Formats: sequence, structure tokens, C-alpha cells
Amino acid sequence: MPEATAIALPPLEETTLIDRGKVGLICLIFTEIALFSIFVTAYVFYIGKSLNGPYPKDVLTLPIWATICLLSSSATVEMAIRSLRRDKAGAFKLWLGLTILLGAEFLHQTAVEWHKLITQEHLTIATNLFGTTYYALVGLHASHVVIGLSLLLLTLIIALRGFNLEGAQERRVELLSWYWHFVDAVWVVVFTVVYIVGR
Amino acid sequence: MASVAYPVDEHSAQALGLPSALHEWVITVDHKRLGIMYMIMTLVFFMIAGTLAVVMRTQLSIPNNSLVPPEVFNRLFTVHGTTMVFFVGMPFFAGLANYLVPLMIGARDMAFPRLNAFGFWITLFGGILLYSSYIAGEGLAGHGTAPDVGWFAYAPLTERAFSRGTSTDYWILSILLSGIGSTITAINVIATAMSLRTKGMTIAKMPLFVWMMCVVSFQILVALPALTAGQVMLLMDRYLGAHFFDTQAGGDAVLWQHFFWFFGHPEVYILIIPGFACISEIVPVFSRKPMFGRIAMIGATVAIGFISLSVWAHHMFAVGMSSQANTFFAASTMLIGVPTGIKIFNWLGTMWGGHIRFDTPMLFCIAFLFQFLIAGLTGVMLGVAPLDWQLTDSYFVVAHFHYTLMGGTVFALFGGFYYWFPKATGRMLSETLGKWHFWLLVLGFHLTFDPQHFAGLLGMPRRIYTYAAGRGWEGFNLVSSVGAAVQGIAVLILAINVIVSLRRGRVAGNDPWDAWSLEWATTSPPAEYNFETLPEVHSTRPLWDLKHPEDPDWKFE
Repeated sequence: MPEATAIALPPLEETTLIDRGKVGLICLIFTEIALFSIFVTAYVFYIGKSLNGPYPKDVLTLPIWATICLLSSSATVEMAIRSLRRDKAGAFKLWLGLTILLGAEFLHQTAVEWHKLITQEHLTIATNLFGTTYYALVGLHASHVVIGLSLLLLTLIIALRGFNLEGAQERRVELLSWYWHFVDAVWVVVFTVVYIVGR
Repeated sequence: MASVAYPVDEHSAQALGLPSALHEWVITVDHKRLGIMYMIMTLVFFMIAGTLAVVMRTQLSIPNNSLVPPEVFNRLFTVHGTTMVFFVGMPFFAGLANYLVPLMIGARDMAFPRLNAFGFWITLFGGILLYSSYIAGEGLAGHGTAPDVGWFAYAPLTERAFSRGTSTDYWILSILLSGIGSTITAINVIATAMSLRTKGMTIAKMPLFVWMMCVVSFQILVALPALTAGQVMLLMDRYLGAHFFDTQAGGDAVLWQHFFWFFGHPEVYILIIPGFACISEIVPVFSRKPMFGRIAMIGATVAIGFISLSVWAHHMFAVGMSSQANTFFAASTMLIGVPTGIKIFNWLGTMWGGHIRFDTPMLFCIAFLFQFLIAGLTGVMLGVAPLDWQLTDSYFVVAHFHYTLMGGTVFALFGGFYYWFPKATGRMLSETLGKWHFWLLVLGFHLTFDPQHFAGLLGMPRRIYTYAAGRGWEGFNLVSSVGAAVQGIAVLILAINVIVSLRRGRVAGNDPWDAWSLEWATTSPPAEYNFETLPEVHSTRPLWDLKHPEDPDWKFE
């Protein structure tokens, strides 16, 4: 390779590189949005097309308490990240623990709702189109809550066992919080479609 | 540039013996090894699915043939199509992207190497799962069978009531797994291109290849979930008693088609754009000119990425959509012909006035241009809804999409294979065998698929296992079958070429083609860390600047 160049090289152009974790997570969320869109499409497409009951207006009640829990968990996870940035390990664990409790309460509420629908209203995934699309969409979201919750729990265990999450690990926890925000945002869509539009 | 003798690695296969070498390949997270494994997977599945095609062509060579019974024929075209799309086309994209994207942008590896390895193994597992259905699957007849529902697996025909047994589940699950692999690759490619570029390489200076791989990755992220979601719904229908596609419970018979083709049409661009990417690297180097209309090329690719999301229902003109929907999808189909035309124009503009070298990679590119142009023209014909009503599900359609996927993607694949084989192995493929491979493949390809246009125009339907004499289809089918055999011989020559050249091929050196992108700035094959020193990137052709310091590109960009 020739060492000397005849014409002096210009200064290198500045390149802006984005953190690979952020790009990866944004891509993941992007493709998850596409996945949810298909299930939402199926739900909306089949609104009012069930051949037999029970129908949404008869059996669904607004899950206000569950929604409050899940949405406020977005705020608490944000508080946890801020504590982490300020090197307040104790506050971080506290806020993280609270986030997990709120997420768990949301799942508990979903379980209670499903139990009531299955045992009292006799609505299963096989009952009618409403049951099919309802359990698929809400279940898909709940499974994402389970994944997010498991990761938050793992983070809490790591923190409680005394590992230092500040500094280099901070961005990983922050990316996890992005995922949790995404799960919450999807709930807003699911809530609107299932409990408001679909009822 | 003088070639550097490539350093003997203490851990190389010869030093360690076969079991340890295999172990090294199984546990590797190196993007180059994963890329090579993807390419081996591509070629192996290509040969398997090609063999299935030859069996089908043998059955169809004469009227009233009874070589293959109808139920076996259904399995043949299902597994052929599924394999070619998901276990040849997709790993081809993943293999190329894995091997080349980090090298082209001057990175040490992909952004997520371990995830990358997981993606490869789950894709391979999906392919093995599909073929294990031949042993373990259970179809209608109650004995071991492969899926027989077509690569599109239209629900409600794939519902439990109509597709008994487990053969359809093999189709669903194997593709679900390969979808996970493709998504992982897509995320990895975008993250690598956004986060690991070398000094001076701005996004605008990325090679066209990397640009196009990013567009493909975007399409995978948007479109693939539609198939995944549809498959999950189908599994729920089959095993949990759900009713997504169950018409007796009020379900819609066309919904699956919308979901499938919302994935399926971007998918054909996911299959062809890696081909475009190869062509866009090879044509300039072998024309000795920079790419003509580089910015227009990027714009056209991005345009295809978006427009391809809005054309899916042109696969469904015959299912009875509203005339508004037909008009919209016919118009958007015409529209996507525009950026594709821009691309053809740019490649021709690059060749125009260049000192063209007719080495094997370039030959494949030239054939690609010719064949893909015809494929595009028949595509526009099929995009006209009324004509599609006449031609739908005929051999005209078969000829059209084999022109795009075989005449387009596969020819570009082979062009890229001959072009980058020296980089990956350190040895050149034989030009003599390469030219035999090329000319026999061109001959076989046209013998096979040109007559199918006419058979289709004369009304020969797709997916029939035999036909009666006296309809005027005999001659076309016989020629078509002879062509398939010629193509088979051509691919065998490629296999011989690879085996011979790996042992006795000319040593390639760093930069056998006198090319301009960064992968040629390192040894062939590259060391595990890719680059000892990286050239500074001041233009879209960093190696040109190095070789011609008195006339660098960056003065004009």
C-alpha cells in the first residue's frame, strides 16, 4: 500500500455513531409494534362479527385499577433510572421494587379478569370471535409484561446481591426501562381498542 | 497492492484435527464464520430444493405421466417453494450481510455477535425441522408426510378440519423459527451499520451494499411480524380451538391472505434487494467506473422499501376484492416499477463507456440485468388487474416469479459468490469452470422458463401434477424439463468448481479484482480481527483514493 499521498488528505469527516444497544432495542420495539399491529388489526376487523355471545358489552368492565398500576409503573421505573444516574443505590432498588410490584399487580388483575370471564361468563378462546381475538391480543400484551417483569426482577436481584449497576451497566438498565415504557404504551392501545372502541 | 501472505493461525483446522475444528465452528461468534456457514446452508438447501424441482419437471415432461402421484407432487412444490424462500433466500441475505457488512464499514464484528450465532443456529434448526417432516410428519393419509399446503398455506384450508395430522405444523413451526433468525439478522445489520462504522465513514459514504442491506433489514422488521402473527393465530386455531380463520364461526376466509401477502410481497423485495446489493458492488468494479447515479440508487432503494409495503393485494386480484382496492393495488404495483426502472438504468449507465471486464462475476450480473428486466415487464403485465384475472394461477405467473427469483436473485447470488469467494477462502474459483457454469445455467434457465410463459398464456394452470395430451402444452413442457436438467448440470459444475478451487485454485491475494471497498484492504481470508490497520475513509471508494493518491475521489464528491 503506498504510504505517501500526492495530495494532502482533507480532515476526516465527523461520523456520528449511535449506541448499538439503543439501535438494537429501537429495532426490536419497531418490529414488536408491527407484530402488535397485526393482532390489533385482527381485533378491530372482528369487532361485532361474533355469531354468538357473550359479547364485549355484556362481560367487559373497564380495568381502571390495573391501568393505573401499569401506567404509574412507567413513572416509577423512570424514578429508578434517575436514582441510578445520581448514584443513589438505595432509592434505585426501592423504585425498582415498586415498579415490579405495580407490574405484578397488573398481571394479578388480568388473572382475576380472565378467571371471572372463564368461570362465570363462560368466555374462552374457543367460544366466539370475540373470545379468540380478546385472549390473543390481551394475552400477547400480558406475555410482554411477563417478559419485562422477569427482566426487572433479574435486575433487582442483581442489585440486591450487591453488584454495582452504576456506570457501564447503567445504559443496560436504561434500555430495559425503554422496553418497559413500550409495554406500557402498548397497553394504552390495547385498552382503547378492547375496552373503549370494542365495547 | 502487493498481496500479503496470510498468516498461519495456530488454531487452524490442520493444527487441531477435525473434531476440534468442528467444535470451533459450532461455538464461533465470528461474523465471517457465521457468514460462511449461512452461505453453505444456502447452497446445500438450494441443491436439495433444486432436486425437488427437477423431480417435478421430470413428472411434467410428458402428458399423463405417473412417475409422481398427486399427493407427493403437492409436497414437492410446497417444500420446494418453502425451502427456496426461507432456507435459501433468507440465509443468502443473512450470509452476505454477516460476512460483508462489518468488513465494508471497517468494523471488527457485528454489533451483537452472540445473538448472531443464535440466529444462525435457529435458522438452520428451522430448515432441519422442515425436512424432518418427511420422516416424522403425519398427513391426511396417516403415514409420514411433508407439508402439502403450498408455501403460502392459505387458511382456512390449513385449519384442523382440512389439514389433519401434523404436516402443516411442521410448515408453521419451521418458518416461525427461521423468522426469529431473520429478525435477529435484521436488527444486527442495522445496529452494525449505525454504530460500528470506521473513522470518516459517514452514513452517506456507506457502500451501496450496506445501504441496501439496511433497507432489507427494515423491510424484515416491518413485514415479517405479519407472517409470524398469522402463524401464531393459525396455531391457536389448530390447537386451542380459536376461530381466527374459521369461516363457520364467522371468521374471514381472506384474512390470512392479507396477513400472508402483507409479509409476502415485501418478502420478494427482501429476496431481490440483496441481489441488487451484489450487482451494485460488482458492476462498477468490472466496468472500471464509479456507480452512476449513486444518490438516485439509494433513493430508489429506500422508495422500494416503502412502496413494497403497499402492493400486497396484487396477489389477490382473483379473490373478489372491491374495484377500489383492485385499482389501488394495481396503481401501487405500477408505481414500484419506477424505482426499479431507475436501478436498471443506473446499472446500465455505470456500464456505459466503461472498460468492461467479462469475468464470471460480471457475466452473472449482465445476465441478471437482462433477465430481471423481463421479469419486471411481466410483473407490470400481471399488475394490470384484468389481465391478472386471465393469467392468475397459470404457468405465466410461475415463469414470472422464477425470472425474478432465479434469473434475478440466484444469478446475483452466483455473481456475488464468484466475486467474494476469493476474499472468504483466499483462492480464486476457476474461470473456465465458472464460464461453463454460467453459460449452461443461462441456457438451462431460458430453456426452462421461457416456454412456461407460453404454456401459461395457453391456459396451463400452476400446481397440477399432470395434464392431458392435445392441449398444445406438450412441447413447452418437454423443453422446460430438458432445461431443468441443464440447470442441474450447471449447478453440479459449480460444486465441482468449489471443491477443486478450494484445493488448487490460484491464490487470490488481498485484492484480486482491483476493487474499491474496504473488504479488499485486508488479507484473504481476513484475520479474526478483520483489519490490522484501517485506511482512512474520505470518499465512497476508499481504496481508489489509496491507489490513486494523485486523483482521489474525495476531490469530486
